[in-house]
Amino acid sequence: MTDERESSDALDRTGVDLHRRRLLLVGAAGIASTAAAAIAVHDGELGGPAETIRGEMPWAPGSADSPPGASGSDYKYFKPAELAFIEAAVDRLIPDDEVGPGAVQAGVPFFLDRQLDGPYGRGDHFYLGGPWPKGTPQQGYQSRFTPAQLYRAAIEAIDKYVASEFGGSSFAKLQPEDRDTVLRGLESDRIALGGGVEAKMFFDMLLQNTKEGYFSDPIYGGNKDMGAWKMIGFPGAHYDYLEWVERHGERVPYPPVSFKGRPGWREVKK
Amino acid sequence: MSKTLKPVDVVLVGFGWTGAIMGQQLCDAGLEVLALERGPWRDTPSDFATGFAQDELRYMWRHHLFQNLTYETLTIRNKVSEDALPMRRLGSFLLGTGVGSGGVHWNAQIWRFLPTDFLTKSHNEKRYGKRAVTAGDLTVQDWGITYEELEPYYNQFDLLCGTSGKAGNLQGKIQSGGNPFEGPRSMEYPTPPLKQTYGPTLFGEAAARLGRHPFPHPTGNLSRAYTNPLGAQLGACTYCGFCEKFGCGNYSKASPQTTVLPYLLRKQNFTLKTECQVLKVELTPDKKRATGVTYVNSAGEEFFQPAEIVILSAYVLHNVRLLLLSGIGVPYDPDTGDGVVGKNYAYQTMSSVNVFFDDKIINPFIGAGAHATVIDDFNGDNFDHGGLGFIGGAYIAGMITGGRPIEMIYTPQGTPNWGLQWKHAAAKNYLRSFNFSIHGSSMSTRGNYLSLDPTYRDVHGNPMLRMTFDFSENDLKMSDYLTDRASEVARAMNPREIKANRRSRPWNVTPYQTTHNTGGAIMGVSPKDSVVNKYLQVWDVPNVFSMGAGAFPQNAGYNPTATVAALAYHSAHEMLSRYLKQPGPLVQA
Repeated sequence: MTDERESSDALDRTGVDLHRRRLLLVGAAGIASTAAAAIAVHDGELGGPAETIRGEMPWAPGSADSPPGASGSDYKYFKPAELAFIEAAVDRLIPDDEVGPGAVQAGVPFFLDRQLDGPYGRGDHFYLGGPWPKGTPQQGYQSRFTPAQLYRAAIEAIDKYVASEFGGSSFAKLQPEDRDTVLRGLESDRIALGGGVEAKMFFDMLLQNTKEGYFSDPIYGGNKDMGAWKMIGFPGAHYDYLEWVERHGERVPYPPVSFKGRPGWREVKK
Repeated sequence: MSKTLKPVDVVLVGFGWTGAIMGQQLCDAGLEVLALERGPWRDTPSDFATGFAQDELRYMWRHHLFQNLTYETLTIRNKVSEDALPMRRLGSFLLGTGVGSGGVHWNAQIWRFLPTDFLTKSHNEKRYGKRAVTAGDLTVQDWGITYEELEPYYNQFDLLCGTSGKAGNLQGKIQSGGNPFEGPRSMEYPTPPLKQTYGPTLFGEAAARLGRHPFPHPTGNLSRAYTNPLGAQLGACTYCGFCEKFGCGNYSKASPQTTVLPYLLRKQNFTLKTECQVLKVELTPDKKRATGVTYVNSAGEEFFQPAEIVILSAYVLHNVRLLLLSGIGVPYDPDTGDGVVGKNYAYQTMSSVNVFFDDKIINPFIGAGAHATVIDDFNGDNFDHGGLGFIGGAYIAGMITGGRPIEMIYTPQGTPNWGLQWKHAAAKNYLRSFNFSIHGSSMSTRGNYLSLDPTYRDVHGNPMLRMTFDFSENDLKMSDYLTDRASEVARAMNPREIKANRRSRPWNVTPYQTTHNTGGAIMGVSPKDSVVNKYLQVWDVPNVFSMGAGAFPQNAGYNPTATVAALAYHSAHEMLSRYLKQPGPLVQA
């Protein structure tokens, strides 16, 4: 049987109006906002609508795939004891001093909370299907856990380890030198943790995520006041350096700028 | 039960660079062409506009434009004796998806392979003896095509992209300022080279003092505005430093979106369907002819799309998997050496050198995807390999693609990865350091290959691809030798210190290296040792054509895209001039 119309659901982008209507329909069908509809179109490897595009370049108003950012100030993922662990750990990974902010001062714990509460925490872009035998070090991440699950399980396992090795204490209550000792033990895989958590796998993820929160655009909740960018001299989301290409050896004088602009550019109150 | 759709002349499986090129060529000849792309539609104003393109977290670390592994990944192992396990997170290579695919988030480093690169076996055997091309289980082959045959098609890609560069060899005459080692070009680059910042300039001066031959990296990050033969306009690159792994918001990077799509999508005989993944090429019972493809859309609906010609224009790994899933060609067996599909998987042997200054401000954030000064003195067979114990080579580039701080802070040898000492080293060195990229060849070996995994399946229930790979003795020797040559240039710059990051075994899937996977559907002169002929036509099923770097019998010390594109144009030319008049094998086996 030949059927040219392949699907009642297929979106025909021959007409922009139809596309626009589709976006509105998606919104109306229960995905709360047009922003959610836009995500369905852009990052739609997983279940975005199939579309037939013909006759012109598709474009629709309101469909720009702007970054998700982070909002609010309360913690959504970490429980109080977990937050205490995270603050105590990232404070050692990037300590505060006069050279530049520490990870805590830069807002990294809040960044981590929002990441773990969002798509990354849920394992978006990870393959987590089984079976799950232990791999070689070269085969990389081989856990069934999503990042959010791994943080939860690892924090519990590390606190259990600390309680047995340091007389009933928790990681957050250890002196800085002892925290460093534990962190080095995780980094080198010398500490064996139970509960399906491999020490180094968790440490590597925590360190990577900490640097992400420290150096990413402040819209994601870390890098407060662009302090990490100021410390190294990175100007941020600048778009055009043409006039500086051949000015060899000169310091580029621009203060850093975020997607949200920078202090000195007045924020419009809504 | 799948619905059968109205037949088309040509179906394109995947819509990145080769899909766009083949679509344009075949639509211009009047054929009805349908492209099936598994990912979403993507374009500059909506998906990577300048207002939010410079987002290191989202694009690089959260993989926003890359293949989502949740539904499909591949399994990996270093050797046949190991169990392959799934690549659960992208790392060593960053696979594309969606319209434009890797053509959106590439660096636009545009290279031609050397004339001798196409003769890897015969040339090296003649100059260095039989052992040079067989020792350590090397299985290198000639390509069955020459540089001279491909040269007009390299030009065609340069004209499409508006490539910025300086020719080093025009019709056999060496030109100052270009690469004196390259094969003869019939024309100068369409636009002049990018200007160089401080780091690459210092690299070039030091290399010249050592008697090397520095030149600006050829690139599709355009040095000035350009209108291509399809009427698409590109703008001058602003050196924002967000190129590789990112889409360009400025229409300055050649991509299917900036060079082909505005033209192709307006053709009445072209249709693109997104969110449609091809599962299988369907064959006649005698397996000598393809009847079309079966695909499933994101709603889970399955269709049979009949077509006269099937073009596999997805990424290397997907093309090879589709051949295996469709039962096209005989799968390669590393024990016996029999079979061809999956054979000669190769990669790229990357190493680097970091240089640190006290007195020089490098400003590493001023960058572009191919903003570099390069030496090619030690690539391919540009130097005498006598007594060195390896074949192949690399280009060495003093390169600044950007200074994105999560990925690109270099710290001196011995610096810990965290703590105050790390922070102080980052603060001290960020503005005063940069990186040399040593971009080495990858010679194929008997044990490196692609096959179907016996255990893991994708969301459609089909076996995943299995990759068996490790670096060869030949390539590690090459990489060590080249890293030493790069270190010489680094020291000649009189820095405070340098750090050489050597390549070692075993290959590790976690740290990013490069997305230059090659082989598995290799080209050659005979169906006995290759999957496709010089026109990328599958020997066993002549109405199926397999595009891309899967055709490389081994990988040269250059970025692959221009060669991929030239092979596609070459294939299209033959399809239009001969195949359409008389469908059938273009080369008699």
